[in-house]
Amino acid sequence: MFEDFNMELYRTEARWQEGEYTVTRTSVWTAPGCHNGCGVLLYSKNGKLEKIEGDPNAPFNRGRLCLRCINMIEQVYSNDRLKWPLKRVGEKGDNKWQRITWDEAYDIIEAKYNEIKDNHGVESIATLVGTGRNSMWQPAVITRAIFGSPNLCFGFLSGDSCYQPRMTANLIKLGDCVISDCSQTHPLREKNSEWKKPEVIVVWGNNPLVSNGDGFMGHWIVDMMRLGTKLIVVDPALTWLAAKADIWLRGRPGTDAALALGFLNVIINEDLYDHDFVENWTYGFEDLVERVKEYPPEKVADITWIPKDQIVEAARMYAKAKPAAIQWGLAIDMQMAAMEASGAITDLMALTGNIDVPGGNIIQRYAYNRSKKYGSAIEYIPEEMLLKRIGTYESPIHESGYTPFIPPDKLLECLETGRPYPVQMLWLQGTNPIANMAGEAPRVYAAMKKVPFCVVVDLFMTPSAVAFADLVLPAAMSVERDSFRAWWTPLRSIARGAEQYEQSKSDEEIVLDLGKRIRPDRFDKYKDVNEYLTQLLKEDGGVDYDFDTLVERVNDFWDWDYTYQKHEKGLLRSDGQPGFVTPTGLYEFTSPLFDVWGFDMLPKHIEPVEGPYTTPELMREFPLILTTGNRLWGCFHSEHRQLPTMREIHPDPMMDINPQTAKELGINEGDWVWLENRRGRCKQKARFNIGLDPKVVRGEHGWWFPEKEGAEPTLYGVFDSNINNLTTMGVHGPTHYGAPYKSTVCKVYKVTPENDRVSPTEIVTRMGGFSYAKR
Amino acid sequence: MQKGEDNARYGLLIDYEYCTNCHTCEVACKKELGLKPGEYGIKVLEDGPRQNPSGKWEWSYLPVPTSLCNLCEKRVAEGRKPTCVHHCQSGIMYYGPVEELAKKLAEKPKMVLYSK
Repeated sequence: MFEDFNMELYRTEARWQEGEYTVTRTSVWTAPGCHNGCGVLLYSKNGKLEKIEGDPNAPFNRGRLCLRCINMIEQVYSNDRLKWPLKRVGEKGDNKWQRITWDEAYDIIEAKYNEIKDNHGVESIATLVGTGRNSMWQPAVITRAIFGSPNLCFGFLSGDSCYQPRMTANLIKLGDCVISDCSQTHPLREKNSEWKKPEVIVVWGNNPLVSNGDGFMGHWIVDMMRLGTKLIVVDPALTWLAAKADIWLRGRPGTDAALALGFLNVIINEDLYDHDFVENWTYGFEDLVERVKEYPPEKVADITWIPKDQIVEAARMYAKAKPAAIQWGLAIDMQMAAMEASGAITDLMALTGNIDVPGGNIIQRYAYNRSKKYGSAIEYIPEEMLLKRIGTYESPIHESGYTPFIPPDKLLECLETGRPYPVQMLWLQGTNPIANMAGEAPRVYAAMKKVPFCVVVDLFMTPSAVAFADLVLPAAMSVERDSFRAWWTPLRSIARGAEQYEQSKSDEEIVLDLGKRIRPDRFDKYKDVNEYLTQLLKEDGGVDYDFDTLVERVNDFWDWDYTYQKHEKGLLRSDGQPGFVTPTGLYEFTSPLFDVWGFDMLPKHIEPVEGPYTTPELMREFPLILTTGNRLWGCFHSEHRQLPTMREIHPDPMMDINPQTAKELGINEGDWVWLENRRGRCKQKARFNIGLDPKVVRGEHGWWFPEKEGAEPTLYGVFDSNINNLTTMGVHGPTHYGAPYKSTVCKVYKVTPENDRVSPTEIVTRMGGFSYAKR
Repeated sequence: MQKGEDNARYGLLIDYEYCTNCHTCEVACKKELGLKPGEYGIKVLEDGPRQNPSGKWEWSYLPVPTSLCNLCEKRVAEGRKPTCVHHCQSGIMYYGPVEELAKKLAEKPKMVLYSK
């Protein structure tokens, strides 16, 4: 299926001339965003990108490409792109700017940095970053190595609820992260003789075809289906994959821990577990046996709303399949029991002997250990400065450094109260919090307004930039930058295939420019980005070649990543002994660390904080369960809304509702409706979803309208359809991980001229928010 | 792969069992042919979702080439695959002489063959 390409045209070198085009063979990874790093061919003429194709010689994507990269030219040369640094001249929110030079911008930043350092301490600079793309390590380096502040934060993503709970659960239980094995770690892919096809894949809490989360290309699932892999899908909504699955488990949002415990109960009680793995490689199994007794399938059925027989059947099907993989996703992170669900699902992988076996859930590290991502430059923060991290002392897992962030919920409290100290400066790089991932977005808007100085590095003018920024700096896109990707495998070049648009700069250039100004002791040793990237490739036992060589190689698969059963071979621990990187050296069903931190050592169910069993009285006013954040094909989070081709596919924000529920509410398909709860409301267009539970509705996130006025009170309509008017901040699981973005409550009713006189954005920007409006 | 001198009729074979509605073919085609919003050289149609009497879900997508489709004659002349075939995320589109594709059509159910 991915063969028969014309290999004379699709060459394996990194650059060649084809008629009038210079062809650059490399990968792309932000910006624009996405979690993948697909291989591409960039066809440019006179420094301008003219065409793009998927690279048939890239084992990652094998020629295919999604609509967003195919539409690259429209994005790179969109007239809406930021062209040069801008300095605010009106009030914040006026969207009035003056063009300045990069030197002027850096002068302003340097002067502000010095003033803060002298008068407040550098810890009062905080940085907000976005989801996992090629703008993770750069802001981390700027914050820690250049400014010297320990305060790096996931852009107001409550409970760090994107992959942090799942990764942390993996790290605590087995010392490494595991991903589902669709042959992607080996250059020969399915032809690798050691690889086996997963007999069953459990697609749990994600729709990978659309989301491509965590560096996993969703259509690899389709590749596996075509080879005969069977699916179990856990999703409250009917997705295409759910429709094709042997078993679709339509669970109540926020009950994944209970479901996983139900699986564990069946697998243990029916003796379907892998005795060899449990006896030789695990710790605490007897405690797990005791705990799962509390979760018989009948009880789990009551909690999850999934029929008991389906739970039992799915647990058996997963346990009996050899090998089987669990492809998990964001929904597991976005609930109160995020850490608990993540731990229980990891336990399933271990209990069935699917850890690091071909076609199971394999242990992966970033290729050649070349990426520290958000954790970059933490070594520059001295101990006394680490103690000044905002809010971290309240969360033992954050304090221990399992997550490199400060807790976003605590940063919000800090902005609101000025304790433990007022934040003087916010640095936003590749994040648009009020449009995208900030829970309770109107509250975050009000808090961010209080910060005296704010810099935004982005591609386009965004609602967050208009509302808060003093300076806006234009970032280069992936096709215009030199960088590399080492998130999982292979190590991939990101090589410039076009000249940078106007005066945009790559994130790497901004790091070096600022570093040379503020910390020449740390950055003057690098002549240019190329030398800096070489250092990052080689340092601390990395590869033995330079950046130019990586550009020539394009892809470099690390053999460690495609070696199986690494725990048996002594490849995980620094002492070279067999076993896992945990205190016991074993896979830990019960974690002694959790005990030290004062958490329950075993997984358990935690009810959503709002819902039919916790707040029945609230359900009388807000009778529907609201889940949010399902992905769009053409728009990555809050991106791509400027682009005509993407907006043709996604003209409006859509909410999903069961047709029966809609009928009862007098709602027709295509009607604009209000979604409302006690925190606020937003309007989206109704779309019927016959598979959705009648008691559950689903709302899209990331919506703003670049076609609308940027200045407040309109602010690109950022709160009009913002599902985060309804979500929470400061509500999270006991470990400080996981927030109920996907399990809150609401009511739905039609938008009418009478109930739509003042726009939600005006209520937030001019009237102090929804509580004011209601009074 | 390259279109020969044989005057054979060419077409597209699509294994629609695995079409996921990812819109890749639609957008790839728009870019190749320089089409405006609202114009399509290939469009994905939807059937379902609905439940069959057995309880199994029926939900299919079917890409339909329009009269604007020229089977990427420029790309094919250069030795490339049509852009929808090249980029299809499920890898389920095949280009060639219809007689050859017809043989492939017999290999499994839920495929369609378009002649041009």
